[in-house]
Formats: sequence, structure tokens, C-alpha cells
Amino acid sequence: MSARASRGTVTIAVERCKGCELCIPACPPRVLAMSQQRNALGVPYPELLPGCTGCGACLLVCPDFCFEVYRFDAPVAQEGVL
Amino acid sequence: MRRLMEGSEAMAEAAIAAGCRFFAGYPMTPFTELLESFAKKLPGVGGVCINAESELESIGMAWGALATGARAATGSTGQGIALMQESLSEITRAELPLVLFHMARGQSDYFQATRGGGHGDYRHLVFAPIDVDEATRLVPLAFDLADRWRNPVQIHGDYLLAHTSEAVEIQATRFDPLPPKDWAVDGSLGGTGRARNINPIGMEKGRKGIEPEPFWKRLQAKHDAMERQEPRFEAEHTQDAELVVVAFGTLARFARYVVRALRREGQRVGYFRPVTLWPFPSEALRQAVRSAHRVAVLEMNAGQMIDDVRLALLGSKPVVAIGGISSDSAGFGIGPLLDSENVRERVECALAGREVSA
Amino acid sequence: MSTQHETVPATARKVGLEKPALQYGVDHDLCPGCGEPLALRCLLETIEELGCAQRAIGVIGIGCYTALTPLMDVDLVQALHGRAPSVATGVKRMRPDSLTFALQGDGDMVSEGLQEVIHTAARGEPVTCVLLNNGVFGETGGHMTATTVLGQRTKNSLEGRDAAYHGHPILIADLLAQLDGTAYAARASVHDAAGVVRAKRMLRRALEVQLAGRGFSFVEILTMCPTGWFLPTAQGPDYLAKVLGSVHVVGELKRDGRFVPTSQLAAPGARAS
Repeated sequence: MSARASRGTVTIAVERCKGCELCIPACPPRVLAMSQQRNALGVPYPELLPGCTGCGACLLVCPDFCFEVYRFDAPVAQEGVL
Repeated sequence: MRRLMEGSEAMAEAAIAAGCRFFAGYPMTPFTELLESFAKKLPGVGGVCINAESELESIGMAWGALATGARAATGSTGQGIALMQESLSEITRAELPLVLFHMARGQSDYFQATRGGGHGDYRHLVFAPIDVDEATRLVPLAFDLADRWRNPVQIHGDYLLAHTSEAVEIQATRFDPLPPKDWAVDGSLGGTGRARNINPIGMEKGRKGIEPEPFWKRLQAKHDAMERQEPRFEAEHTQDAELVVVAFGTLARFARYVVRALRREGQRVGYFRPVTLWPFPSEALRQAVRSAHRVAVLEMNAGQMIDDVRLALLGSKPVVAIGGISSDSAGFGIGPLLDSENVRERVECALAGREVSA
Repeated sequence: MSTQHETVPATARKVGLEKPALQYGVDHDLCPGCGEPLALRCLLETIEELGCAQRAIGVIGIGCYTALTPLMDVDLVQALHGRAPSVATGVKRMRPDSLTFALQGDGDMVSEGLQEVIHTAARGEPVTCVLLNNGVFGETGGHMTATTVLGQRTKNSLEGRDAAYHGHPILIADLLAQLDGTAYAARASVHDAAGVVRAKRMLRRALEVQLAGRGFSFVEILTMCPTGWFLPTAQGPDYLAKVLGSVHVVGELKRDGRFVPTSQLAAPGARAS
């Protein structure tokens, strides 16, 4: 585990996610990773790691409108698996 | 004030007087002059006439104009109407008030007009004017009924109607007020959560999927109501007639003339003309032939309206065809049957129970 | 452990809305990995940003995207397969102050309706035709259209589209861009976030052309269809960029009277506009 600054964050409607994985490579800092768990639709969904910049790329490429994107006034150190 | 006007021009003027502000069409005999008339007259009243690049695009453009709430029309002849069939059926289910000017080549498009060649369950109100004068009165009625029922209405004419000049007066007809067209799209409900979607399958905003069945059943109920309320006919000398001659459109003018002449000579012959081809005035026909021994159907085709006559009478009277295919050398439907002597011979055969020689 | 999904610090600013303001909801049944909802977002956001929500009238074709119409909070007219451009013409002629757009797939616009869109452009009708091009008839299950590229496998080109047997794809943007009635023609692709941003910019230019009364405008948006391409969803964007995008190349083909054919547009991957 190590700390990484996040300048933003997202909310993800994981129950609506269809598991298409388009957001994973779209994220420039590569802080989205598919979960090991499944949602009620039976598919894995993305989870956010530290280091989000709040750029909104994930929101733009999600066909199911699952993302909302936020930016912080100041970077926030967060811990997580990289 | 009456003016000598060709049928095409008179119908276009009557449409514009009724508020038609959009027309699109593709040239095809004998419909072309209607398109010409609209092209000449519409810009002057702030309307739009587009010379479309195909019949398919004509009806598409009319569809769009209708969707905005305008009074709009298109037309063609049988072959062009054939191209429009998918749109004609779907525009009916979208409940758009199209007026369709079908100038046929003769009378062999009766099935096309009344059964429709499009897919699915749908009905159009179909008027078949006997002459230009009647056409100028049926055209504004068509626009009114199209709006009232939110359903296409067809003016079914032919070469003779479109190209005969008569002295007519284009009247401004008064109708009962119509409800406002709040279903029409103008963009104004965008972003309000109540935006409209004019569509033929019952799609609704905010609801996934389609539910066509209840939607189409409601349309069926509407068409059933139209069938009850809108039949129109003309009949003469039927009360004690031994023979009733049934004819439609411009050919009926010859039938009416011959029946009147035979009556003056003491023959007990009557005349019946459906003014609406759909709904066919079946009940009125049954009344008209009550005392007849025989019903003679005069039409210029291989036998189309005769089906509706037989359906109306259900075997209660003998029905005989005294018309037939009849056309000119170009196939425009100006055939030898459009002749009172020819028609009289055929009616006399029917009176005497003789077969008509084709 | 991963950071939160639901809890957002009070100091955070929302910079990305879940959905456009002109969208009713987010629930639709289009396939996982479909690119068409991305194009829908671009279109609805652009209409809103132009302040035209209450002038917009959309004419929709028939395809998978038809199922997105319940989500669109703008006045719409549903047209038949291939027939949206003529309906849009009638709408705009009677409502010249409206912002009229047509939304069609490639099967709809380029197969069934090729004539309609070409005539509408030639006449310079001031409408905006938007093409969602995924190189297949998606709704019927993945069949060849007029834009399917050579080598592309579909249910009626199982070994891949073969020029000798199936003929060549039509580059509709080129056909339209050459017409004098076309004031703006462009191709975009939603295979990545940058592509989505570019698509939105092109849509804006096209709609502005209409608002300025300068004539016909056209935007082709390449979208992913992993279902119709028989691919896992994650491979969709790459296939779009490399296979379709190398034939239907992204860029602006007509702008300010200048026509740039596809053959002269920048190579795939390079920034075109």
C-alpha cells in the first residue's frame, strides 16, 4: 500500500454497469480497475484507485451514464493498491 | 364568381383556400398539373411547394410538414402511390392528417385506394368526385375531416377530372371549430420533461420499449367510428327501379346521364354512386336496390368496386359487371367506356338480362 | 482497497453530470459497449449549450438508436427506415426557425436512404443530418450495410466483405461534401474520450451552420458495435479506430466552401481537427 494524491473523484452507479470495460483504458492516469465482485446484473464493475484527476474521460466513454465526476480544491492523499 | 378552370387548378385552389400550405410531388401523368398548380400558387400565400426527387420523398416531406401542424398534401397516380405505401400506412398510424390527391389512370386503382397497398391495419377516407364542381367542395371537406379524425383522406380522381375544365366557384367553406393541434411539434416542449414524439407505434417519452397493441387497437376503434359516420353517396330514381346501375368517379357522370335519359323513356332504371369509396355506403346501397331485380356495376377495370357491391348485398340481389378494362393508346384511362352511347348499350343489356359483349 | 464510490467530500466540485440535462433518464437496453449513447450525450449537450432546447426538432430513423428516443427531452418525429431526411425537410420548411436534425444509422441513411440524404444535401436544406456509423445493421443482428468495410465479417459477409462479391463501401461523407448545397461535413469517432470531445465540437459546428442559415450540414459519428462485430466489448474501441477508422477517416471534409476528400484526411490516430 502506498499513498497517492487524488485531485478528484467519481461516483459510479455500479448496479447499472454492464461490464463493458470501456472506462478502463480511457482513464488517463489508469485509476480504474474492474472489481472481483459482480453486481446484480452478474458482471464486474469498475472501482476507483487513488490518483483520480477528475478529468471526466470515464464519464465521456461510458455508454450507460454511470459516472459523475468531481474535482477537489486541493489534492488529497489517498491510500490504495496501485 | 364562377371561372372556367381545369380540374387540377381548381382542386389546388380549393386546397389553398382550405389552408393547405405545403405540397410536395413528383411529376407523373395525370397528376402533374396538380403539382404545377401548387407550385404556381403556394409561394404567393406564404406556402411551400417542393418538386421532390421521388414519390417516396414527396410523402416524407408532407409527413414532416404535417408533424409541425401544417395542412399539407401530396399526390400522384397509381404507380407513384404504389411507391408511397409504407409511408401511407405508417403516416396513418402516426395519426397525421394527410390529404392525398390520387389522380388515377382510369379506374383500376380502386383496390389500391380502398384496401391500401401498405402493411398493417389502416384505413383512409376516400372521396371520388364525379366532376370538378364536386371536387372543389370535397377538397375542403377532406382537409377538415383529415384534421377532425387525424387520419389521411384521399381525393380519388382521374385523368378526366384533372384535365376537364368547368365553370366553378371556389367557395370558402365554413366548418365547425377544430381542436388545437397541441400534438404538433414545434420544439417548444424541449427540456420541459413533456417533449413530444410523433410516432406510429406508441412510443412514449420516459418509458422504455414499445406497446403497439393497445395503440393500434385504439386506431382500429377510430376507423370503425369513421366507417359508421362518414359514408356518402348519391342516388337517383332507385325507389321503383328494376335495375340499379352503380358507378363511381367521372364514369358515373355518364351512368347518371344514361339513367336519366332511360327514365325519360319510361324505363325503370336507377343510379347509385358512392361518393366515399371508403367507407363504402353499403347500407345506402342496400336501401337503393330494395326493389331491383338486378344490380349492374359499371367500372373501367377488371372488377374492383364490384367486390364491395357484392359484400354490401351478400347475395341478396344478382350483381352483374357491365364495365371492363378500357383505356386509350397511352394507357391513361381515357377509354371507349367514357361514352354515353357505349354506356347506354351496356345498361340496356343489363335491363334485358343480356350479357354485355366486351 | 479502492477509494469511495458513493461518498464525495463536501469540498468537491461536480464537473461532470451523470447525464445531459435534455435526457430523461439513464436506463436503456442497448448493448454493453455500444457507442451510440456516447453520441447521444454529445448531441443533447450541444443542443443545450446552444440554448436551442426549445427550438430543436429531431427526426429519428430506425435502428438500435430508436430505442434511445424515450430518453430524449426534445420534440421528435419518428420516420421510417431511410426516410428521415425528407421528413426533416418538411419540418424545417414549415418551421424555418427550428433547429432540425435527423439521426440515422448507416443501414438507414446509406443503404436504404442514400437517395434521400443526397437530395436533401443537394438542395441545401438547412437541416443537420447526423449519421451513427458502426458499419452494420445492428438492430437486425449484425448485417452488412453500404458502409461495411472490406474484410469486415458480418452475418451476410461471413468470410469478410469481399470487393468482387459484395462490392465496396460507400464513403457517404465524401459524396455529401462535394455537393454545393453542403456547407459542413465532418466525421468523428467515439472510440476514446478525445474522440468524443471532437465529435461534440463537430456537432456544434454543424448546428451553428444551420442556425446561420448557411445550408446543409452533416456529421458522421463512428460508433462501436461489439455485438455486431462479434467482439468482446473491451476490443470495440480499438476495432473502431483501426478497422472502420482507417476507411471512414476522422476529419472535416467540407468547411467554409473547401472540400477535403477522405484520401487527404490525416492518417488514423493523428489529430484532424
